[in-house]
Amino acid sequence: MTVMQKKDVDPTAHLSAEDVERLGQELDAIRQSIVDSRGENDAAYIRRVIAAQRKLELGSRAVLLVSVFPPAWILGTLGLSVAKIVENMEIGHNVMHGQWDWMRDPKIHSTTWEWDNASPAAQWKHSHNEVHHTYTNVVGKDNDLGYGIMRVDEDQRWVPFYLAQPLWNLINACFFEYGIAAYDLELGKNLRSQKRRTSPEFRARAKQTLRKIRGQATKDYVLHPLLSGPSALTTLSANFTANLIRNLWTHSVIMCGHFPEGVQTFERRSINGETRGEWYLRQMLGSANISGSKAMHFMTGNLSHQVEHHLFPDLPSNRYAEIAVQVRDVFDRYGLPYVTGSLPRQVGSAWKKVIRLSLPNDFSAKAQATVTGKLLDFARPARDADSAAA
Amino acid sequence: MSLLLQRQQQATRGRRVALRDRAVRLAERLTTPLLPADYLDLFDPLRSGADLRGRIVAVEPETADAATIVIRPGRDWAGHVPGQYVRIGIDVDGIRQWRAYSLTHGPRADGHISITVKAVPDGRVSNHLVRSARPGTLVHLEQATGDFVLPTDGGRLLFVTAGSGVTPVIGMLRNLFPVTDAGVARLPRSQGYDITVVHVAPSEPDSIFLDNLRTLDEAGLIRLVPRYGDVHGRLDVADLGTLVPDLHERTTFACGPGGLLDALTAHHDTHGLELLTEQFRVSTVSAGEGGSITFADGTTVEADGATPILTAAEDAGRLMPSGCRMGICYGCVLPMREGAVRDLRTGEVTTAAPGETNVGGVPIQTCVSAAAGACHLDH
Repeated sequence: MTVMQKKDVDPTAHLSAEDVERLGQELDAIRQSIVDSRGENDAAYIRRVIAAQRKLELGSRAVLLVSVFPPAWILGTLGLSVAKIVENMEIGHNVMHGQWDWMRDPKIHSTTWEWDNASPAAQWKHSHNEVHHTYTNVVGKDNDLGYGIMRVDEDQRWVPFYLAQPLWNLINACFFEYGIAAYDLELGKNLRSQKRRTSPEFRARAKQTLRKIRGQATKDYVLHPLLSGPSALTTLSANFTANLIRNLWTHSVIMCGHFPEGVQTFERRSINGETRGEWYLRQMLGSANISGSKAMHFMTGNLSHQVEHHLFPDLPSNRYAEIAVQVRDVFDRYGLPYVTGSLPRQVGSAWKKVIRLSLPNDFSAKAQATVTGKLLDFARPARDADSAAA
Repeated sequence: MSLLLQRQQQATRGRRVALRDRAVRLAERLTTPLLPADYLDLFDPLRSGADLRGRIVAVEPETADAATIVIRPGRDWAGHVPGQYVRIGIDVDGIRQWRAYSLTHGPRADGHISITVKAVPDGRVSNHLVRSARPGTLVHLEQATGDFVLPTDGGRLLFVTAGSGVTPVIGMLRNLFPVTDAGVARLPRSQGYDITVVHVAPSEPDSIFLDNLRTLDEAGLIRLVPRYGDVHGRLDVADLGTLVPDLHERTTFACGPGGLLDALTAHHDTHGLELLTEQFRVSTVSAGEGGSITFADGTTVEADGATPILTAAEDAGRLMPSGCRMGICYGCVLPMREGAVRDLRTGEVTTAAPGETNVGGVPIQTCVSAAAGACHLDH
């Protein structure tokens, strides 16, 4: 098989090429059953969510017109934060994935959707849907691994810049929407060389992003505050707070998708000639879930079902919960580690990794040993063969 | 003086327009990246200025497999002339489907419009409308259109209708001769018409609106010549002269399936008679293996049934939007105006027919779709 694990222990060592293809067929069958049963109820779900989100946003902004009264400030800020989170995650992210394209509704379609975020939809769709979802966790190909500013895998070469990465991560969390916009623009790479910096293609994209940011900032930081009259300053602070809460929340959820301990990364050459089954396997091992209540799943845009989302990125988000039961069963039967944990645990785990890998590998050899131990626990069928070899 | 007043009025109007434009721009900045309409639609989807929609107010059964759907159109509905048709977009199993239907009434006092639909075998939309549509459902509309309308100045007319092709004709007749509880109303504007209707159907009970036609026939307002397949056999257009002795004095309006219309066209051409035809159902696309892909600029690429359209087009040197090439990212989606493609992962066939599917075409993922017959892509 060509999926080559970078870790000391390969959690897929016990699977033959035929096993992997059979696994692929089983996952295809799960996908098909959802495609066949998509219908009126799913369409009603997304329309209900969109309508509720818009009403919540309108209501919150209306309350903020009198944000000079503290209870109004708290209520409005809270409502607006939730509205922005739902708009970005359960609606925007998923619509732009094409999860609802099957409805053929031009108003809820991946090709027409624009979201309440600094990054223009078109650019986000490229860097997220094409690059990240295709090359998930392939070191050097998937820029989501550390977003190009952090080291989140032992195999990323350490440079002193990474010493401050806990700080970079915190700053990125606070201003995550701008981080995403810069990331989608490939700002670091494009600014470095004169040729890239001045290319008409980059300039056009940069202009598009700046226009989007200007529109977003004008709305939240100029017009709505002005509309609030005597409450202008408090509305400004409320909108800033709502954006901050949205940024911190989305950043936390997204960190949980691929950074927690136990998630696998892959070598660039390991994906050459990858089969459908192997691609599925990489998605299974390269993603981590968050466990929790229905409300928590909803507020993460069902990205808490990250494993299922990476296997079937274009299936409607409201179906991931039922898909998860079947996917979990596939993991169990094929003896694969299903990485999941509560939100605080996964966020903690991701942060621990960010802090640990800010130092060179040999500084953290001890920590690494602990991880290997954990992996051994996961790779149950492989363990015997491994200890025999040892 | 009056010139001055006029100028002043013009200036006021200009200022008002400018003010309104500025208000609209401000509202757009307040709601970006959405539009004010996205929020207004939540509360009043039928308001003036909104995309044209309608709400179903009643579903009235006509026969076992036909129903009249009464719709309250949005405030921007521009009205219609009897015999015109309307394109309606309705979600069936969550999927937006567009179809064209004749408007069965002339303008009504309550402002509602109605279409009469016969459930055809395997007809996704017609079966849904007849059996599952519920009052309160929001539908999408386009303004009424069609040249198949009554001449306003009267005359000697022949209608040849087959099956549900009677609906545009019923629309015209109801407008001319409204049937009320007190009998058929005789309106001055209807006196100049001399109408014969040849109605063709497989059998009598299947014929929708028959009661209506019979009432008009009994009242002596039209002459009805019913031809039922199980009684009279298949209609041969050559017999039309016998059924309607004054055929050569009449202008013929025909509405029905393509076969009948083709035969009538040939017959009337030979005899030098005037004919207007109306056909709704476009011929169905049958999915085959492979086919030619035509692009917006007219160039054509041949593709077999196993190669993704994206690959076939790129191999032929076309610049195509693309992404993951495995059906995930939707970076390659293009609208298909017409034709059929097969999903290479599932074998599922997607078809697009102008008039039946979205106005902008059906979006397809070119990286996992192969041609299943000729198709036209908007790119």
